[in-house]
Amino acid sequence: MDQIKVQVKDFNFFYGQAQCLKNISLDIMTHEVTSIIGPSGCGKSTFLRCLNRMNDLIISTRTEGTILIDGTNIYEKDLDVVKLRKKVGMVFQKPNPFPKSIFENAAYGLKINGLKDKNLLAEKVEQSLKNAALWGEVKDRLNDNAFKLSGGQQQRLCVARALAIEPEVILMDEPASALDPIATAKLEELIVHLKERYTIVIVTHNMQQAARISDVTVFLMQGELVEHGKTSEIFTRPMKKVTEEYITGRFG
Amino acid sequence: MHRQKENIIKSLFFLNGLLVVIALLGIFLLLLFNALPTFKDVKFSEFIFRANWNPSAYLESSYGILSQVVSTLMVTIGSLIIAVPLGIGTAAYLSDVASPRVREIAKPIVEILAGIPSVVIGFLGIVLVGPLIAKATGNYSGLNALNGSVLLAVMSLPTIVSLSEDALGSVPKSYTEASLALGGNPWQTLIRVKIPAASSGILAATMLGMGRAIGETMTVLMATGNAPAMPKSFLEPVRTMTATIAIELGEVPYYTTHFHSLFAIGLVLFIFTFILNLVSDIILHRYEKRMRV
Repeated sequence: MDQIKVQVKDFNFFYGQAQCLKNISLDIMTHEVTSIIGPSGCGKSTFLRCLNRMNDLIISTRTEGTILIDGTNIYEKDLDVVKLRKKVGMVFQKPNPFPKSIFENAAYGLKINGLKDKNLLAEKVEQSLKNAALWGEVKDRLNDNAFKLSGGQQQRLCVARALAIEPEVILMDEPASALDPIATAKLEELIVHLKERYTIVIVTHNMQQAARISDVTVFLMQGELVEHGKTSEIFTRPMKKVTEEYITGRFG
Repeated sequence: MHRQKENIIKSLFFLNGLLVVIALLGIFLLLLFNALPTFKDVKFSEFIFRANWNPSAYLESSYGILSQVVSTLMVTIGSLIIAVPLGIGTAAYLSDVASPRVREIAKPIVEILAGIPSVVIGFLGIVLVGPLIAKATGNYSGLNALNGSVLLAVMSLPTIVSLSEDALGSVPKSYTEASLALGGNPWQTLIRVKIPAASSGILAATMLGMGRAIGETMTVLMATGNAPAMPKSFLEPVRTMTATIAIELGEVPYYTTHFHSLFAIGLVLFIFTFILNLVSDIILHRYEKRMRV
């Protein structure tokens, strides 16, 4: 259980002239849910997107320091980003299924990996939909367009899509922010369930959510890591005053 | 007082809008009434399905436009076969590969291509494309359907590129991100996600490009050889509907069957382009609706 999955060392991130992440050092453990909290614009999402190098898509960004995943520096020059992203899956803030059928959505990652065997494909799609707790609701209409699903179902489909390629780490960027309370509860249940097999990093605006589902909480403010530790401790006896003020809702 | 002013302005704009409809309707009716007398002398089925066009024959004139319809379709479809892959490729390059700077320079240049007068393109067909085709195929002349297709492809490219690029550009960024985050490379993302998501926009672009090609007159008149016979291949000279009208209307005696039959050709052409525009409009509309989800 106490194995380090992701090791962030003196990590800096620049957007043009502006420094968005300052000297972040942090260990993320295997089979734990790590939640990242902090006021808007503190760099939570930026940090998350550094873990699968999604920020590469934005021009004029620059990084310093290292992020090791299983001991490999993901910012090494000749690293295969495509491979990295297969290992580190991502679920986005807004459900973003492709304008394709439910089946095609779940099968997308497998197909681009060259899986052609139809039976195997169907099997893996079913498995990932089951893992995302969506199978029961969609098994009779796999050929329907994904847009016909409700928001919560769409988000779970996005989770299934990410699970299908068997990643090791799953990044979630405020995955419940566009969902209603019932859909949120379902998703949270799913996250807790998933941590048995995956390492999960989740960005959230919702304090209760972080407290409910995460083992470790990381508090970021203005690009700096203010405090991190066991969720139970951060929420009951934070070491720093700003953390307490943020958690209790005095700002942010 | 204020209300009255408002109403006057309102009706002024309404009249403006009405003008377009009246013009369209007027053209249609003009074509229709001038075309109808044709069929006093010529059977409708003969007009459409006969390939022989010889209105000024010494003994018996014939008015079959099938060879012209086939010629028009050949040249148009030929141009699409060239222009669609090229256009989508260019659009994909502009939207996904090119740096923003290159895009800002290249896209207007492609659009300027649309502004080149058709006479100039036709001229190029005679002095440049024609000889090249003649040389490559060993034919005496390069003025044939292939030549027309190449030139019309050049002419419809700007429309196809520009609108396809718009369609690709308006594919939500979240699709691209989702595909990349699943370990898709940019190529897979383009082929499997972006182009399918933009497909109706690309289709509409193609239809509009086709509309441009089908109605084009001067270029095909200059470059395709104008033999009013049923073409057997792309390497034979063809004469399109538009070319026939342009060549013959200037010299035809008024109010003869020949005169009216040219209007009938115009009517057929009008119906062709009208359907094309209608269909592309419907596709575009559906596409906008889907993108709003």
